Amino acid sequence: MNSLTFAPLAPIFPELFLAVAGMALLIVGVLRGNQSMRFITQSTMFVFAIALFLLIGQEPSNEAILNDMFVQNSFTYYIKAILIVGVIASLALSKQYLEQELVIRFEYPILVLFAGLGMMLMVSSNDMLGLYMGLELQSLSLYVLATIRRNHVKSAESGMKYFVLGAISSGMLLFGISMIYGFTGSTNFDVIGATLIEEVSLGAVIGFVFVLAGLAFKISAAPFHMWTPDVYEGAPTSVTAFFAIVPKVAAIALIIRLLFIPFAGISEQWFQMIWLLSFLSMIVGAFAGLRQNNIKRLLAYSSIGNIGYALIGIVAGGDAGLASVLVYLTLYMVMTAGVFGIILCMRVEGVSVTSISDLAGLSRNAPWLAYSLAILMFSMSGIPPMAGFFGKFMVFEAAMQSGLYTLGVIGVLSSVVASYYYLRIIKTMFFDDPAPAFDSNIDFSRRLVIGFSVLIVLVFILKPSPLIEVSKGAVESFFS
Amino acid sequence: MENISILSLLTFLPLIGVLFILLIRGDEARVALNSKRVALYITSFNFLLSLFMLLRFDGSSADFQFVESVEWLPALGLQYKMGIDGISLYFVLLSTFLMPICILASWNSIKNRVREYMIAFLVLQTFMIGTFCALDAVLFYIFFEGVLIPMFIIIGVWGGKRRVYSAFKFFLYTLLGSVLMLLALLVLYLEVGSSDMETLMANPVARGMQMWLWLAFFASFAVKMPMWPVHTWLPDAHVEAPTAGSVILAGVLLKMGGYGFLRFSLPMFPEATEFFAPMVFWLSVIAIIYTSLVALVQEDMKKLIAYSSVAHMGFVTLGIFTATTQGIEGGIFQMISHGVISAALFLCVGVVYDRLHTREISRYGGLVKNMPKYATVFMVLMLGSVGLPGTSGFVGEFLALMGAFQVNTVIAVFATTGVVLGAAYMLALYRRVIFGEQKNVDAAAMKDLTKLEYSYFVPLVALVIWLGVQPSVVMDKISPSVEKLIGQYEAGINKSEQTETAEPIMLEVIEEGLNNE
Repeated sequence: MNSLTFAPLAPIFPELFLAVAGMALLIVGVLRGNQSMRFITQSTMFVFAIALFLLIGQEPSNEAILNDMFVQNSFTYYIKAILIVGVIASLALSKQYLEQELVIRFEYPILVLFAGLGMMLMVSSNDMLGLYMGLELQSLSLYVLATIRRNHVKSAESGMKYFVLGAISSGMLLFGISMIYGFTGSTNFDVIGATLIEEVSLGAVIGFVFVLAGLAFKISAAPFHMWTPDVYEGAPTSVTAFFAIVPKVAAIALIIRLLFIPFAGISEQWFQMIWLLSFLSMIVGAFAGLRQNNIKRLLAYSSIGNIGYALIGIVAGGDAGLASVLVYLTLYMVMTAGVFGIILCMRVEGVSVTSISDLAGLSRNAPWLAYSLAILMFSMSGIPPMAGFFGKFMVFEAAMQSGLYTLGVIGVLSSVVASYYYLRIIKTMFFDDPAPAFDSNIDFSRRLVIGFSVLIVLVFILKPSPLIEVSKGAVESFFS
Repeated sequence: MENISILSLLTFLPLIGVLFILLIRGDEARVALNSKRVALYITSFNFLLSLFMLLRFDGSSADFQFVESVEWLPALGLQYKMGIDGISLYFVLLSTFLMPICILASWNSIKNRVREYMIAFLVLQTFMIGTFCALDAVLFYIFFEGVLIPMFIIIGVWGGKRRVYSAFKFFLYTLLGSVLMLLALLVLYLEVGSSDMETLMANPVARGMQMWLWLAFFASFAVKMPMWPVHTWLPDAHVEAPTAGSVILAGVLLKMGGYGFLRFSLPMFPEATEFFAPMVFWLSVIAIIYTSLVALVQEDMKKLIAYSSVAHMGFVTLGIFTATTQGIEGGIFQMISHGVISAALFLCVGVVYDRLHTREISRYGGLVKNMPKYATVFMVLMLGSVGLPGTSGFVGEFLALMGAFQVNTVIAVFATTGVVLGAAYMLALYRRVIFGEQKNVDAAAMKDLTKLEYSYFVPLVALVIWLGVQPSVVMDKISPSVEKLIGQYEAGINKSEQTETAEPIMLEVIEEGLNNE
């Protein structure tokens, strides 16, 4: 046995730091109670900033550490960086909301911290068990977050729903893992991959189906999307914002790693499944969103549709396909942060409102907010010159390159259908007569997030290369 | 001179105007006035700039001029490339010419949210000019589709009663066509390996592929044009849009479809164009006759002119797809002339609408008595729309029909009946509005054209007559580019014929070789 030194652990430093800091903050919270929430929120953001710093300082290698449990390569490096930024942004958005809605619980930022930690671990795991641990750390934190307003019926209901369905999906995932273990004799990604490339066993394929079903639930791809609208609607808006901005990116990244490392040998089988998930998600996301009146539910369907587009890139595969997924997800994250920032501002006389009709005439009451939301909505529906167009452009380019014509045509057509509901929001804000004005006290950090989001969406066209090149570099680890 | 990127300046100058307007502070009236002023100055300056460009334009060359090329997205091989030739030159001028007129036409009629209105128009101008100047297919698409955003807002915010419905219909219809084009664009780009439009024109793809791509591009341009049967968004959009919105819609946006046919369909998919041309002919003829008949029974002035636009665009598609010199030149000229005439006709409707707030034809009558100047202006424009020799409307229609006669006599005969029908509905409109009894007191009390209105009608009317008397001013600069376009088109078709004849020979050679063994 080797003596314990820290040097080989370097790739996992950001996670270790987060875990230690999280526990320290927990102690502070327990000792000082709920009035320390503001301090803990700020510290959590700070802690994540340090983690980002630690991460950036690293040189991504492809070497697995901790008995091949953990790997830090260019792909996980990129995903973790955007995850951390997403977490910081969602905390910045929610600070004021939590105080206004009297959800003053010091656990909130700490749960966010542990959810973020779980996501980072699962993205980097190189072993089914590590994956499961990371995933559950994330999921359990998210269940509690969804119910954080436990005296509120809808919040409790949504949390309960999320928990029950989430537990089932985790069960399926675990069952699938056990089958794969049984048929390939290992839980390690590389070993499974090597075994499956040599020989495809039916049992492993069935196991894979369970694994994918479990993960499809986490990214809310249709037909595993049922929980999303209810949870989005019921959870406190700041939690919804967090749900929308961060975990899906992590889960998609995890799916990509699974498909292209352990399950690369059964790509023929998973190709059809991801194709179907993508197809259904786009259709459900576009059509089910048409009749929604609650903006949070609407965005739930929008997120289902957007997952469908991201999945197109996975189906297309290759470095172009995967890079397009990363570009798409990054831009989607930027847009969602801005959109939820604006939804968090929807408060009339101290009560938060979430119906689309509450936005009526916003262009007169709060023009800057209205313009920002309009820009984001045009971007979401993929109209150039906004950034959202480039995400779609990349994904469809990858699809055309791989000859996925059907999926491409369905994709653009459903994007036209979906653009109807984005336009409806713009219509409500600009064409309708004003509804009661929103409260105008918006704190600085939220303004900052909205401002950055809109700015990126607008000026991305001027210099799209850096993001695209970084994404291309990030996915190289799969093909080297 | 080489260092001044005049096209980029033309394209993005309006955005600088937007910046200025955003910086205006003060009370509402002050903001409104200053926004109008900034918009007017910027668009007028832009027009002068485009005149300067016209002077510098070398009319004898068929190549792209004022070309600018900057690397934009090297990872995907996309570049920011602008340039114009004879085909796009006058569309750029049309966009810059109509914009100050639009601002003037809105000077008094737009009362609420003036700042936003001016911003929308300036942004719109950026996208319009960009569309005609872009020489990279993806860049073209970005400008082409970006137009939807300001136009949606213009119709939706400052439109009439059914503005929401119309704005949505306009947006979704056009978007549906465009996204299919986007896919085709991607396929084309991947096939050829470049999104540079000159490279794309020089390397037509295989015949089977051309068919699909042609259809996808057609979906987009036919909606924009609009061709029958996908024209139904146009009457709605026109009727509900504010006057200046209709002017831009009829004057410039419709031309993007025709421009797209000339830039993409003909040179890039010559074989598919040849294959589908008969279909386009019939659609055009149906458009000409059917929409003329529909126009005959309209009670709404704007709707009537909107339907007449569809009919006139029918001549354009007819001319373009004959792929003859006369046909294509006629199509382009018809687009320019229609851009001026229909824009002016919508302004004419705007004049009486501002006074009486109705577009119903029967509410007017006998305007010649109280508005003689208006009646004169309207008459010249009406005759231009009918296609009277000596007005610009005649030249385009005549050339397009001449091209059609060379290709298909039956089609040409049918299309010519459209000219008669055009005269019927326009003269009927004129008679009912301008002549006859003065039935309504309020209509009879309307004042004649104001100085402001004069200021924008005079150049329009002058242009209609000037282009009719001396079309060669425009034609001379268009011709070389059209010749080049036809050259590309025919080369594309000949090449395929050669390969078709080449294949059997190859087979024979192979067979011989096998026999010898």
